[in-house]
Amino acid sequence: MTNEELKIALFNINASLTFEEGGEWLNVLVPVNEFKPLAKTLFSEPEFICNYLFCLTCVDWKTHLTMVYHLTSLQWQHNLVIKVVLNRDNPAIETVSDIWKTAEFLEREVYELFGVNFIHHPDLRRLILTDDFNGWPLRKDFEDPVNMIKL
Amino acid sequence: MHEVAGTTPEGDFIINVGPQHPATHGVLHLVITLEGETIKKIEPHLGYIHRSIEKMCESLTYRQFIYVTSRMDYLSAHINNHACALCVEKGLQVEVPLRAQYIRVMMDELTRIASHELWWGALAMDVGAFTPFFYAFRERETINEIMEETCGARLTMNYMVPGGVMADIHPQFQQKVNFFIALYKKKIEEYNELVTGNIIFQNRMKGVGFLSAENAISYGCSGPVARASGVACDVRKRYPYDVYEQVQFEEVIETGGDSFARYLVRIREMEQSVHIIEQLIDNIPEGDFQAKTKAVLKLPKGEFYQRVETARGELGVYIVSEGGTTPYRIKFRSPGFSNLSALNEMAKGGKIGDLVATMGTLDLVIPDIDR
Repeated sequence: MTNEELKIALFNINASLTFEEGGEWLNVLVPVNEFKPLAKTLFSEPEFICNYLFCLTCVDWKTHLTMVYHLTSLQWQHNLVIKVVLNRDNPAIETVSDIWKTAEFLEREVYELFGVNFIHHPDLRRLILTDDFNGWPLRKDFEDPVNMIKL
Repeated sequence: MHEVAGTTPEGDFIINVGPQHPATHGVLHLVITLEGETIKKIEPHLGYIHRSIEKMCESLTYRQFIYVTSRMDYLSAHINNHACALCVEKGLQVEVPLRAQYIRVMMDELTRIASHELWWGALAMDVGAFTPFFYAFRERETINEIMEETCGARLTMNYMVPGGVMADIHPQFQQKVNFFIALYKKKIEEYNELVTGNIIFQNRMKGVGFLSAENAISYGCSGPVARASGVACDVRKRYPYDVYEQVQFEEVIETGGDSFARYLVRIREMEQSVHIIEQLIDNIPEGDFQAKTKAVLKLPKGEFYQRVETARGELGVYIVSEGGTTPYRIKFRSPGFSNLSALNEMAKGGKIGDLVATMGTLDLVIPDIDR
């Protein structure tokens, strides 16, 4: 489907979605409590079949965090970007590791670098850093006077 | 949490493989739960070589950050640089001269051959055959010499820049590449005779580390790992960049899903890479090797994503720009990370002796996973 067709199809299932256009792919902004049902729909509905989660990351905007999910359909060859805005003080979102298994590792990485809590994640532990590490390194206000070199 | 080697209350045995282990090819640490000789669970522990490249890139300009990416997947340094250059060009909307596109694609394919050569030699050594390593490095040396002449480096090339390539090719480049192609065509038969057709090698590989197509997609696998399970995911075919649209090559797909299928995909991919270089080497167009760009690059506000096919799979570069001279946030989607996450699925239920064969055909480069 083209971006325009995707937009119409998505609008038909959930009218509360907002869209960002102008980029290469259609960006869909979804409220955090409606995210999981949408992810399930995108994975299973025959018109979408977004079966390949190729990028999962987070961006710190200083006032809030934005989760970014890049999805593609190997069958229909369309791409889609899902964005979820999270509260910065206590970020929490439903895991998608039961839908796309690759998310289990990617979410662990986002958890330790941004401090996002993934609800119902099977094994939410630090992957890269030590267990006693303090702070969330990829957040913009992270300071480490010992190990960080300022350029 | 680093489990100590020992026995669990259920009678299972826990052992640690790595971080210093010759078969993990880098500082990868696996905690393996065993029931007798059968693997019940594999848990990778990462971070021994994490340099936080993503954070580093936030304070580097669009010209500088490309050099850091050579240090991610050091065996595909050219292709990493290519991905970053393409992503910046996408933001700047720069048209790259055709000559530069030809050079870039040829360098990519030479890198792919060099990377697969190293994998081939190392895999054979992992499963007990020592000689192929020397054979592989003999041919790899020829590629390294070509790289050294044109780029001035043998491993971290840093040759591609936004707008084209840093310098023109060496006058002897075409002659040397043609020499390599002729040499390589003879050698590939030697490889097949020595390893591919070897019955001991086949017995070690066949039916080991099976990954279904469904799981390959779900785990986000890409590159030869996914293609050996029958998933058509070659970025060069699906989303062609530079001159890949104009060259003829076959997307290598196997349906076996085991270690031997992954082996065959890479062996045949090397032949395809030679085929691509053959089509380009004698037709390099005249012209500039670099487009004219400003000294200080500023990407417009927005988000840019570029994916390329490295020797290990799909590399994605995701740049979030606020309109400044440095990226606001940068994310590298590395192929090895997703491929590693499928290791538990592949090795579960197999014997510990087969783990080396499974890991060898995953072709993991740890700095690429740790970034």
